Amino acid sequence: MAVDLRSYLGHVELPNPVLTASGCGGTGRELAQFFDVTRIGAFVTRSITMVPRAGRPTPRMAETPSGMLSAVGLQGPGVEVFAERELPWLAQRGARTIVSIGGGSVAEYTALARRLAGAPGITAVEVNLSCPNVEDRGRVFARDGSAAAEVVASVRAATNYDVPVIAKLAPDVADVVSLARLCVDGGADALSMINTPLGMSVDVDTMRPSLAAGTGGLSGPAIRPLAVRCVWQVHAALPGVPIVGMGGVMTGRDALELVLAGACAVAVGTALFHDPFACQRILRELEELLQARGFDRLADAVGLAHRPAGAGPRNRIDLEESSL
Amino acid sequence: MAGSPVQVTGTVLTTRRVEAYHALTVVAPAVADRFRPGHFVTVGVGGPHTSMLTRRAFAIHDVKPDYGGTVEFVFSVRGPGTAWLAERRARDTLDLVGPLGRPFPLPRDPCTCVLVGGEYGSASLFVLADVLQRRGCRVDFVLGASSADRVFGALRARRMGETTTLTTEDGSLGMRGEVTDVLAGVIADARADVVYACGPMAMLRGVTAVCAEFGIPAQVSVEQAMACGVGICMTCVVPVIDEDGVTRMVRACTDGPVFLGERVRFDDVGTIPFDALGAPGGRHG
Ligand SMILES: Cc1cc2nc3c(=O)[nH]c(=O)nc-3n(C[C@H](O)[C@H](O)[C@H](O)COP(=O)(O)OP(=O)(O)OC[C@H]3O[C@@H](n4cnc5c(N)ncnc54)[C@H](O)[C@@H]3O)c2cc1C
Ligand SMILES: Cc1cc2nc3c(=O)[nH]c(=O)nc-3n(C[C@H](O)[C@H](O)[C@H](O)COP(=O)(O)O)c2cc1C
Ligand code: FES
Repeated sequence: MAVDLRSYLGHVELPNPVLTASGCGGTGRELAQFFDVTRIGAFVTRSITMVPRAGRPTPRMAETPSGMLSAVGLQGPGVEVFAERELPWLAQRGARTIVSIGGGSVAEYTALARRLAGAPGITAVEVNLSCPNVEDRGRVFARDGSAAAEVVASVRAATNYDVPVIAKLAPDVADVVSLARLCVDGGADALSMINTPLGMSVDVDTMRPSLAAGTGGLSGPAIRPLAVRCVWQVHAALPGVPIVGMGGVMTGRDALELVLAGACAVAVGTALFHDPFACQRILRELEELLQARGFDRLADAVGLAHRPAGAGPRNRIDLEESSL
Repeated sequence: MAGSPVQVTGTVLTTRRVEAYHALTVVAPAVADRFRPGHFVTVGVGGPHTSMLTRRAFAIHDVKPDYGGTVEFVFSVRGPGTAWLAERRARDTLDLVGPLGRPFPLPRDPCTCVLVGGEYGSASLFVLADVLQRRGCRVDFVLGASSADRVFGALRARRMGETTTLTTEDGSLGMRGEVTDVLAGVIADARADVVYACGPMAMLRGVTAVCAEFGIPAQVSVEQAMACGVGICMTCVVPVIDEDGVTRMVRACTDGPVFLGERVRFDDVGTIPFDALGAPGGRHG
């Protein structure tokens, strides 16, 4: 029997739990050459900014063991061009689109949310909190609970009530759980994690940093254990909050690992650079793995790794759930 | 769609050494079918559980109809990915995506073309020469490298070209110097209408400057570090002046790799020019 793969972000239903990760799927058109972007759970856009951004100088990328460092710097055409050219293209095809937004101040995030409010074809808004706060000497919002909560609250207020707001967190913070809690208190309907932790590499031939920007975000399987840890801790503390898990998902097994840790959906980033068909393949593999383990519904696997040690396999869990 | 890329697991048909380079021929009919001169492929390296996540880009050197269609590319060993590729043998399989990129634009009417290649950059020029000659164009070659063993395809150039001029920095083959030292003479003698060039960024910049003196277009194929090759990672950008006169950071993999040389701001590669669209503190619209 087919597994029921539906996933819920707040009250929004996705037909399956596999999404693209922000900044890793282009505009949608590039991937559409390889697969039908309406078949995945949702397409997540790169982080959209108020004005056009040229991004960082090159080299922007350096490969590292089982991962890569990148410093793209949110290159993009700005929200006007996005709303006029990119979003309608996705909407016309019927793709579920989660729009990621990035800003340098609370006011900028709010303005972005306002500009997008009412635009057709938006399934959810994801708030990229790993942006430097220009009003706080460039400290990223994700490292400052009160600033993050303020951004989330203002985006929530400016966004249509029926569009969920997802707060995206980074792992390189003192306490990801308290950050998650502040974002949920600020009005986040769901959380996504993890954004890239900051890393660096030095080219021993040129004896200079490999990236023009010096530091960059680390992504790929190298960060998967960080992602699993963050999802685990936040799910344990806030079991009712939907989590989009991401960080180094290359296969269905990796996706299942995050699901068992507490993610109800999984986003695929760096894997797409290696394999443009990664989303579809991971979805198929995840379904097969769930089937092989006797699950009828994806929802039954979410957070299952949190069951007490020694608790039996699935039937025991079913009992616990039905007694809720 | 002629241009749309595909992913294939191709079987390696042959491997060979060509002077300092390695060449791999892979059975990939769907890539060969869609190929135009100037296209490239990306290759997944390191096998199924690889720790090398970014794909490696290589210009397509040749396509042949054998086994439904084969693709050949030429490479030099630079780091771990190309070292792994150099160990592939016949009957191994390779994960290819292609054909990718904007190919060389072709002249509508017969004309005289100078094809300039630096190091392995000349690998992509012979299929181009073939297409140009079939359209009645005259083709002259200028090939250069640091030393004789790194000049790729000198024999084939001599066979195909109206003239062939070779340069090496150490003087071990042809003239001592760089391709840009001899290019003006070749353009003048052939009365060239257009130059096609593929090679290191510094060479392309020099070629573009020479062409500007003659007022003829240079179609240059640039090389920028790439992670995906299909336009989704935004790591491969170069500053290019658009038709509207505005400089944008454009992707070498999908908007290029072939650009009109005069549009590429070679001096600003590796920076964000202050007047580029969206530059920090700069223009926004
Ligand atoms: C359009 C295009 C066509 C190319 N054609 C050829 C060719 O025909 N023959 C050939 O020998 N080489 C070619 N290259 C360069 C080739 O892609 C690199 O030499 C190769 O990726 C190096 O991989 P590595 O693992 O050996 O080296 P490493 O230095 O370990 O590579 C690490 C990472 O950097 C990237 N990278 C490093 N240098 C380059 C570069 N110059 N260009 C692109 N990515 C780079 C790699 O893709 C990889 O992600 C081409 C590059 C481009 C962009
Ligand atoms: C090249 C690149 C660009 C990215 N751009 C964004 C972005 O614009 N907004 C964002 O929230 N995250 C961005 N990310 C982070 C990813 O969405 C994701 O959180 C992270 O890469 C971990 O997932 P992965 O290991 O599957 O790539 C980017 C990552 C990469 C590698
Ligand atoms: S290599 Fe990824 S966008 Fe060009």
